Parts: sequence; structure tokens; C-alpha cells
Amino acid sequence: MMNLSDFKDHFEQLQTENPESPIAQIRLEGFHAFDKAGLPTKRNEEWKYTDIGKLFNNEYRFVADISDSSLTSTDVDAIRLPGHLEANEIVFVNGRFMPVLSKFRSPQGQLTVLPLEDAARGIYKEMVREHLGCSSAYIKDGIHALNTSFINGGVFIYIPKEQELNHPLYIYHISDARQYNILSQPRSLIYIERNTKVQLVETFSTIGTSECFTNQVMEVVVHNNAVVEYYKIQNETANASQVSTTHIRQTGRSYVHAVTVTLNGGMIRNNMNVVMEAAGNEAHLFGLYILNGHTHLDNHTLVDNVKPNCFSNELYKGILDNETIGVFNGKIMVRPDAQKTNAYQTNKNILLSDDATINTKPQLEIFADDVKCSHGCTVGQLDENALFYLRARGIPKSDAQELLLKAFALDILDQIKPELLRGYIEQLITERLSVNKK
Amino acid sequence: MKQELNTLEETVSGDYKYGFVTDIETDVIPRGLNEEVIRMLSEKKNEPSWMLDWRLKAYRHWLTMEEPKWPNVNYPEIDYQDISYYAAPKNKGKLKGLDEVDPELLRTFEKLGISLNEQKRLSGVAVDVVVDSISVATSFKKQLADIGIIFCSISEAIQKHPELVRKYMGSIVPATDNFFAALNSAVFTDGSFCYIPKGVRCPMELSTYFRINTGNSGQFERTLIIAEEGSYVSYLEGCTAPQRDENQLHAAVVELIAMRKAEIKYSTVQNWYPGDHNGKGGIYNFVTKRGLCLGDYSRISWTQVETGSAITWKYPSVILKGDHSVGEFYSVALTNHYQQADTGTKMIHLGKNTKSRIVAKGISAGYSQNSYRGLVRAGKNAAGARNYSQCDSLLLSDHCGAHTFPYIEVKNATSVVEHEATTSKIGEDQLFYCKQRGIDAETAVALIVNGFAKEVMNQLPMEFAIEAKKLLAVSLEGSVG
Repeated sequence: MMNLSDFKDHFEQLQTENPESPIAQIRLEGFHAFDKAGLPTKRNEEWKYTDIGKLFNNEYRFVADISDSSLTSTDVDAIRLPGHLEANEIVFVNGRFMPVLSKFRSPQGQLTVLPLEDAARGIYKEMVREHLGCSSAYIKDGIHALNTSFINGGVFIYIPKEQELNHPLYIYHISDARQYNILSQPRSLIYIERNTKVQLVETFSTIGTSECFTNQVMEVVVHNNAVVEYYKIQNETANASQVSTTHIRQTGRSYVHAVTVTLNGGMIRNNMNVVMEAAGNEAHLFGLYILNGHTHLDNHTLVDNVKPNCFSNELYKGILDNETIGVFNGKIMVRPDAQKTNAYQTNKNILLSDDATINTKPQLEIFADDVKCSHGCTVGQLDENALFYLRARGIPKSDAQELLLKAFALDILDQIKPELLRGYIEQLITERLSVNKK
Repeated sequence: MKQELNTLEETVSGDYKYGFVTDIETDVIPRGLNEEVIRMLSEKKNEPSWMLDWRLKAYRHWLTMEEPKWPNVNYPEIDYQDISYYAAPKNKGKLKGLDEVDPELLRTFEKLGISLNEQKRLSGVAVDVVVDSISVATSFKKQLADIGIIFCSISEAIQKHPELVRKYMGSIVPATDNFFAALNSAVFTDGSFCYIPKGVRCPMELSTYFRINTGNSGQFERTLIIAEEGSYVSYLEGCTAPQRDENQLHAAVVELIAMRKAEIKYSTVQNWYPGDHNGKGGIYNFVTKRGLCLGDYSRISWTQVETGSAITWKYPSVILKGDHSVGEFYSVALTNHYQQADTGTKMIHLGKNTKSRIVAKGISAGYSQNSYRGLVRAGKNAAGARNYSQCDSLLLSDHCGAHTFPYIEVKNATSVVEHEATTSKIGEDQLFYCKQRGIDAETAVALIVNGFAKEVMNQLPMEFAIEAKKLLAVSLEGSVG
């Protein structure tokens, strides 16, 4: 069981190790916030359906306790995603950026990747100072503050203006849980300048069988005319739990396309925030979750329309089997100045088992009048008529079900634009659905 | 556009037409709340000791509770010691019939448009009228008694039918349910009681009219309706209050129980004083309403038109316990000026093949805030549960807010739940269409708003539908935008 004094000890140790670190002040603020908020309980509205606190009944090793992991490039090979040969690969081990294991294929002028501490000292220090931690204004819970308190070994990624990044950015979060229970807290800040095009792919893996908890925060700043694609792939083992926060600020008129795919894991919470800080922004958020076993998945999304004329569309679909629990909480905020906002949101769920649960809560908070907003959500089963149609044509029930479930997932699958990645996920889904077959 | 806005503003800012105070002598007990006050209250009403015990138990529990802070509403702290918990029109004595009712009071109701005499003769609606804390008249009692229906004030029921009251009161909304329900349980003064025996179809609409007349008093009424097997009743409730600068508290509890194949239809037109244009004064309407579909094939339907109150905070709910039972919720909530409404419903599916339907329409104008908050839960054993929810919001000004907080929880693989919500401003093309045909902006808005709310209005009994339609138009006067 971890309690506040454990965290405090580790925090003080971290602060005394690098008292000169430019990030020390942000960490201190983070720790004050954590000290005040504590770990979220189910009484906290944002955590109503996810009892994250119980994960802290385990004793975790902090990164500071362990010397750098003995993971080698060969270990990483086993978990590389398709398309990696053409990609820039950034590897985190136990929450720390590992330059040795990372690979950069884009030329220097197109992409800069630095340890966060270095960036906070050098020519990027203004950017770091201004943007690191801006998600705290939106996520005020203890879990998020905990990450901020322990920013150590994070990464700063900079895409200069007028660059179309030909090599996508793959970010691997690897936890080495071969010996100990691990708490990893990766942190990254991505700064995307104007007139750029970037593909980001993020994935999580755990090596070993001990308990692992990843509490990750990624902050992205997107400028004028940038086109950003973001893919998050979660296909972990049952001993791996995580809270994964992606906070995107569209500070210039830009385009964001994000897809989150969750197939496996212990307890997972995703915070996907998009803040529209400039007029005329566009964002598309997609999510697909196909769960079995005991996986608990909580998808929280927020689209905050601060400026007028923004467009957002959101579609999350899920299939839940066995004793899985799914949560969807989608919030659309329209601020008083954000006239002419168009915001749409849909969440569709299929329950395959009587022991599965879905809690869904789409939410609209609107303070402007000239808007078009809608949300919808459904919970149900496969269409009996479609099933009958297929069976009447000699397709066995289980195959017909698989076919229909796959068709259900296809909407989202089609939003994964890189071919290799799409093929890979399609294969995972096909395998999963044939396992689910009854 | 600007001009339209102005007309709209003018229309919206229409005055509250029910804001008169009736000058009748009232028997008020001093402000404040303690066990002594509850004892005094209970004594005044000549209640049996079990009732007093029940009240005291609720009061003691209330003391341990905290006022809920989660609704999306803001108001200054309420001083519960600054309210008078009992105000009754004086010299009421024992009334034999309407003829004995204080003529001043009767005139009040005439102003409200519900002349009791009129009602009696023409509309065939049985009315129970509650002013401040006391039920003053119940019409049509005899006709109803002939077919076995009990319709009287709850204080009378406590005297005459203690076995029924004791059995059912607090069984749906326990005294410990929430802060305001506990307060109500401790200090409730009157309300309506209605019992429909097995197989009886109530031949007329039953109706209660609530009015808060005395200043600084709160109204805490309690309504209990029991529909036995195979019976049917349609119940209407209307509310008004005089215009006052200070805020007044209204914390009611309504409990409905439907046995096998019984049906209860409960309609409300709520028009408490909403406060003035600057948000001063008005009623705090904190109400707990809940129905239980206890028997198989039972049905409970809530219909509400909410145009009044400074703050509305209510969630008429249905617990669908019996198999194949049906719950319905139809609501129009209109907020203007600085009104705040946080309203919605809960549909708890427990039985098999239960169905529910939610249609909620919110209209916000001025600086008001209007929230829909709803819960649909299908339990593990609620196989085949079916729900359809629709909530639409219409925005009429750029200072108001419209919010939707639906919670959907499904714990089995055979339920189908659908939820849909939209928010938009009034269609400019629709307005243009009307104006092009010579309809002025104000009428056009009323027309569009009425069309928007029609699905709900259609659920109201005739007598109420007309009143509700007028209310919408009046509350909206001047809000085209």
C-alpha cells in the first residue's frame, strides 16, 4: 500500500538530487496540487466509475530506485510496431526517455528531440516554460498532479515550421516489470510549428509479469495550418494498468485527427483533451475498444471550444465481453465567445455478456447561442435481422456474429490512415473477435 | 436581427401575472426549526404519536446531512432557521363544503383562473387546494368516495386512514433519502393523498393547486398516490406564489406506487414566482418525486412544464421493479432572466422487459442556465430492458447556457438503450419563413417554441395543455433572437 508519505519521501529525494533542475519549480507546484487533492476516489465525479485508488494498494518501485533498466535494443525489437523501419522511434523505459534505444531517421532540420531538462535550459526554454503543465488547468486530479510532481527524464519534441515529416514519430512506453512492480510516469511536450504535417503513434508495452502502473502525460501544442494525426494503441497484458493523458492545444487554425484503440490491459483510463484556442479549428476524435477478460477501460474526452467557428466530431465504439467494464465520458464545452461552433459526438456499445458493464455519459455544456451541438449514445446488441439474413444464407451463427462485429469496428479502423498500422490492427481485431466467438 | 432581439427581449421580460398577495388572516408559527417546532406543528395538526416519531427521526437524520452541492445551480446559503415552517389560513375550522371557504381565498383562485365553483360545475376536475401549509378545500369528494377513491389532504388521511399512510409513506422516498426529502419528512405540513382501489378507473382528473401566500414561509407538501391492481388515475398539479423580494423555499416530496397493471399519470405545471428581471427573489423549488412500478405491467408517467421558480432542482424518477412495467418522462423546462433549472429524471430498470421513454425539452433565454441531468440504469437482472431518451435544447440568447448530463449504466447483454441530444439556436430560416408571411417576430418565436415543445404538451390533459401553452408564450414574451 502506498501512502502520501511514501510519495513525499520519493519527491524530496528527487528534488534534492537535482535542485538546479529548471523543472524543479513545476514539480513542486505539482506536488502541492497532489498533496491537496490526494488520489482520486469514486466520490470524485470524474472518477465515479473507475476506482483508480485501489491500484495503489500495490507497492511500486519508483524509477529513482532502480538503476537504468538493462533492456537492450533486441528486447525492444520484439515490440516494435509495423512501419517502424520508416519511423523515428522514441523509446521510454520505466517512464524515462532512452536516447540510446531511440532512432531518428528525419534530418536534423525537420525534427528536434531533446530530454525535457535540456530543452528547459537551452534555446527552447521559453517554449517549455510557457507550455509545460498547461494541462493542469484542465485536469485537477491527484493522478495528473502526481505525474507533474515526478517529471524526470521526459522528452521535448520540436517540429520546426514549414516541415512535412516524412517519417512518422513512434513513441514506445516500455515498462520493465521483470523484477519489481513498476510505476512509470512518462512526460512529453510536443511543439508543432505552423505549416507542418506530423504523424504520431504511441504505444505501451510491459515486459515481465509484475504489476505495472503507467501514468503518462503528453502535451501537444499545434500551430497554424498544421495537420496532426495521432494514434494511441493499447494492447497490454492484464498486469499493466495505466492513466494516459493526451492534451492537445490547437493554438492556431489547424487540423487534428486522433484515434485511440484499446484491446487489452488491466485498468485503463484515457484522458483525451482537445482545446480549441483559435478560430476555425477542426478536430476528429475516434476510439475503438474491444475488451475481454477483466479489462476496465475508462475513456474521457473533452473538446473545449474557446474560440468561434470550430468543428469537432467524435465517434467512439466498443464491444464488451466477459467481465469487462467500459466507461465513456465525453464532454463538449462551448465557451461564451465560441459562436458558430459545430460539435458532434457519438458513442456506440455492444455488450456480449451479462457480466459486462457499460457506463456512458455524454455531456454538453453550452454557453453560447449560435451553435449546433449534438450527442448520441447507444447500448445494444447485434441487429437480429442482419444476423438472420446471414444465417439464412448458410453462414454459421458464430461466423455471422464475427462478421457483423467486424463491420461494427470497421468505421474506426478506416480512420487509421497509415496502411501498415491499419493492417496490423485489423489483424489484432480479427484474432480477438474469433476468440470471442461463442 | 438587432431589432428582433429587442422585440424578443420585450416579450421575454413579460411580468409575472400571478404575483398578487391575498390578504387573509394567517396563523403562522415563529420562524426557526428545532424539535419543539416539530412537536408544535404535529400538535397543531393533532397527529398520532407514530407520525411525530417519524418526523423527529427524519429531523435528527437531517441534522447529520449536508446540503447537496452537485447540481449546476448557484444560490446564497439558505438559513433554515429563518423560515416559518407553518402558515395556515386562519379560522379554517372544519369545512363542510366549498361554501364555507374564506371568500377572499376563493377570489385568489379566481384570479389564478381556477374558480373552485367553476371547476366544480364545469370541468369535472376534482381539486385539492393547498395554500401555504394547509389544504383548504377538496371538491368532488363525495362522488369519488362513492366508487371507493380516497382523495383528501394528507393530514386528513393521517387521521382517517392511518393504516394506509403508515404503510406507504416513506416507502418510495425514505425520510433519509436526501437533504431536502429529510427536511420535508420532518416538517411537511400538508399535501394530497390519493388511493385508487383495485380495478377502479378514476373518472375525472384529480388536481392539486399549490400556492405560497405568506412571506418568509416555506412550503413543504407531501403527496402520496397509491394505485391498486388494474386501476388508473390521472393527477394534475399546479403551483403559483406571490411576488416577493426574498427567496422562498419549496421542498416537496411526491411518492407514487403502482401495483400490477395499474397506471398513474402525473402532470405538473409549475409556475412559482421566478424572481424579477435581475434575479431578485423567487422560489427555490427543491423537489423529490419518485414513482415505483411495483407490480408487473404497471405504468407511471411524469409530465412536467416548468416555467417558474428562481431555481428548480428536481428529478421525477421511476423505479421499474415489476416485469414489463413502463416509465415515461416528458418535460419542458423554460428558463428566462436569471432562472436556473437543473432537472431531469431517473429510470431504474430492475424487472424484465421493462421500458422507459424520456423526452426532455429545454428552452433557455436571458441569462438563465438550464441543465438536463438524467440517469438510465439497467440492472443485471433487467433482461430485455429498453430505453429511449431524447433531450433537445433551444437557445434564445447569447448569455444563457444549456447543459446536458445524461448517465447511462447498463449491466446486461440484452438491454437496448439509446440517448440523443441536440442543442441549437432557434432556426433563422424558420423565423424568416414566418416573418415573410407576415407573422411578427414575437408570434413566430412563440409558434416555433410551441412546436418545439409539442411532443411534451401533447401528453398533458386538455385543461392543462391550454394553460401550459399560454404560460410558455407569456414566459417567452420578447425573446426572439
